[in-house]
Amino acid sequence: MARSQTPLLEMKGITKQFPGVLALDNVTLTVYPGEVLALVGENGAGKSTLMKILSGVYKKDAGEILLDGKPVEISGPLHARQLGISIIYQELNVLNNMNITENIFVGREKKKNGFVDKKLQHEEARRLLSRVGLEVDPHTRTGRLSTAQKQMVEVAKALSTHARMIIMDEPTSSLTDKETEMLFGIIRKLRADGVAIVFISHRMNEIFEISDRIAVMRDGQMIQSMDAAEATEQKVIAAMVGRDVNNLFVKEPAPIGEVALEVKNLSTKHFLKDISFNVRAGEIVGFAGLVGAGRSEVMRAVFGIDPRETGEIFVRGRPVNIRTTVDALRAGLGFVPEDRKEQGLILKMSVQHNASIAALPSVSKGGFLDKKRERRLAGEYIDKLRVKTPSQEQRVMNLSGGNQQKVVIAKWMATHPSVLILDEPTRGIDVGAKKEIHLLMSELVAQGVAIIMISSELPEILGMSDRIYVMHDGRIKGEIARGEATQESVMKMAIS
Amino acid sequence: MSENKRAGGALSVFKGASASTVTIFIIFALLCVILSIAQPAFLEPNNLLSTARAFSAYAIAGLGVSMVIMTGGIDISVGAIYGLAATIAALAIKGGVPTELSLILGFLTGLGCGLVNGCLVVYCKLPPMIATLGTQQIFRGICYITTRGYPISGLGEKFLWLGQGYFLGVPIAIYAMLVIVVLFAIFRNQTVTGRRIFAMGGNAEATRISGINIKRLYLLCYMLSGLTAAFAGIMNASKLGVSQPTAGNGFEMDAIASVVIGGSSLSGGEGTVIGTIIGAAIIGVLRNALVLLKVDSYFQTLIIGSVIIVAVSIDQLRKSRS
Repeated sequence: MARSQTPLLEMKGITKQFPGVLALDNVTLTVYPGEVLALVGENGAGKSTLMKILSGVYKKDAGEILLDGKPVEISGPLHARQLGISIIYQELNVLNNMNITENIFVGREKKKNGFVDKKLQHEEARRLLSRVGLEVDPHTRTGRLSTAQKQMVEVAKALSTHARMIIMDEPTSSLTDKETEMLFGIIRKLRADGVAIVFISHRMNEIFEISDRIAVMRDGQMIQSMDAAEATEQKVIAAMVGRDVNNLFVKEPAPIGEVALEVKNLSTKHFLKDISFNVRAGEIVGFAGLVGAGRSEVMRAVFGIDPRETGEIFVRGRPVNIRTTVDALRAGLGFVPEDRKEQGLILKMSVQHNASIAALPSVSKGGFLDKKRERRLAGEYIDKLRVKTPSQEQRVMNLSGGNQQKVVIAKWMATHPSVLILDEPTRGIDVGAKKEIHLLMSELVAQGVAIIMISSELPEILGMSDRIYVMHDGRIKGEIARGEATQESVMKMAIS
Repeated sequence: MSENKRAGGALSVFKGASASTVTIFIIFALLCVILSIAQPAFLEPNNLLSTARAFSAYAIAGLGVSMVIMTGGIDISVGAIYGLAATIAALAIKGGVPTELSLILGFLTGLGCGLVNGCLVVYCKLPPMIATLGTQQIFRGICYITTRGYPISGLGEKFLWLGQGYFLGVPIAIYAMLVIVVLFAIFRNQTVTGRRIFAMGGNAEATRISGINIKRLYLLCYMLSGLTAAFAGIMNASKLGVSQPTAGNGFEMDAIASVVIGGSSLSGGEGTVIGTIIGAAIIGVLRNALVLLKVDSYFQTLIIGSVIIVAVSIDQLRKSRS
């Protein structure tokens, strides 16, 4: 390996603070020309933030970037491209209504006498396409290409800017095996030409197949960088998950009752396959897996938000036909969605009106609201959940993230559910509020509620769950009991 | 606790009165003051009553449209529904159907038209603008086909009561407007369905996930829009004593303008009953002013358009500053 060379890129002491989160903490990364570097880490580890700083989307708060040993200040995406750094996002940035040539040269058209020189552009495009091995006429409309082909167009575009470093953010996530092989062929060719590739992926077999070096991030820090030849899957996983579990709240024991919710053989049209699980009264069941594994999709299908292809649902042993959210509410389910601002709250409305919205029939008579009872109901749960708000009339958009989340939970508690589904209940909220929500979950199950919790944080899953289902690629990969689960065993199941 | 006491009864018209409503009310008050100084005849009771009667039509239809606008949609077919409902009622009377029943047929026409609009939006997933652009032409077309383009007159004394009658010296149309205002205020602020519509306007997805059937709510909003447009159209035909197949051409713009001037956001989730009424009153008073001040009638449209823009701009500027 050409490690004796000077590095193409060095990032030193990169730090980035977002409101409430330290996204990157003193991160160092070195990339050599002609190498494939795999960047791995759990969701939220800071990979994307780091790459966005490199490609000029975010500005770093501290640290320095050296290109060819010389310090540079990357002022924006255009500047990054001029420096030879290109990024290909997971959701591709192609303009489907334009042809391949136009996509490659958009914004920097080749001109002759003030007009676009289409002939020259097409010739150049043809040359670039052959370099990435895409045998398609450059006049073809991009919308007609497959995802893999679009990706190749993006690579061609990167090459047209004389990219010396190409960052690929989960490029294989929507490719078939054959397409992945083709992409790897291109990556190898680029590597031989001296281009450096940063490859972000969760797929261990691919990482070991293509990369020369593996850098592992966790919680905004660079944990370890190792040669692929010396690395093993165990080592990588250990570096990914080695998080401190001690300071987390742990569920208190509660009597486990009968099965509250049972789902059998649930499938959806394109994604979920044969999902079966159950949760008992007094039990917290964790759903682990990577983002995109299908956990939220399962819950949305159970709750009647998205249609199901097959599957039976039983609540307290009785079959229920849930086709809409109205049926789900009637069956005694509650659902705290992942995105509280888009799906959980009506931001313009008051705390009181948000808290009561699912339980209005219980505070009304003949369709007319009994405002005193509504105020009492909302007040009861605002107090119970210790929502910090100046008054019930406060618009919920003015509350902090943790208090907003409590309002969503209050909304469902007001309906007295027998099963409460929580999708990433503590994401993006501060440590104090997080602890309170964990405590609350523990109290709820003690009262006989059954809880399903989706979480991407392994310590949370391990601390709170009585049982854990692990999902991968639309299927349940396995079930692990509380005593047997470790961060390593769960992560291993989640990524392969 | 004092809000609770204020919440009940007719006073709930003012419930939820926001800073927007206050801004609009100040604009309205200024307009009235300036006008009464420039032309004292404005303050004569007869002039005030006829002005109020004139704007009662788009105030009533505006309340219905405001429900659609509350959901983030728009209904530009209300002018055509206004014409069609009156046409159907008039045809029924001419066909020998008792007047009361004919009126009911007219209202049902409005509800039916609204239901069609709602179904197009909910089930065919058409953007509301497109759906009602299409039905506007269809409803108007039915007016022309059924009447062959001729006005229908000779509708009988009974029919004229709604538009021409007086009670204690005040036009029936104004009582009708007040009753409808109170009904809407109660519906929007005091009922479960009204609250859910508010929530849906603020965030339809979150409302659906809260276990609420939002499809039904959308249908209801479009039906209310159709019903109030039908009411306004029948009231107008009654006032004129004749049903014109072209009646209500452009009426949708007055109705929508009332809602928008009244502080509703076209993106949904905002707006008050009282705001819509003041919005309608601003347009009504302005029309009256232009007549009283003997402004060239060709300029009236231009001036009204300008006022819409000025009034909404003032409200927007206030919002962006706060």
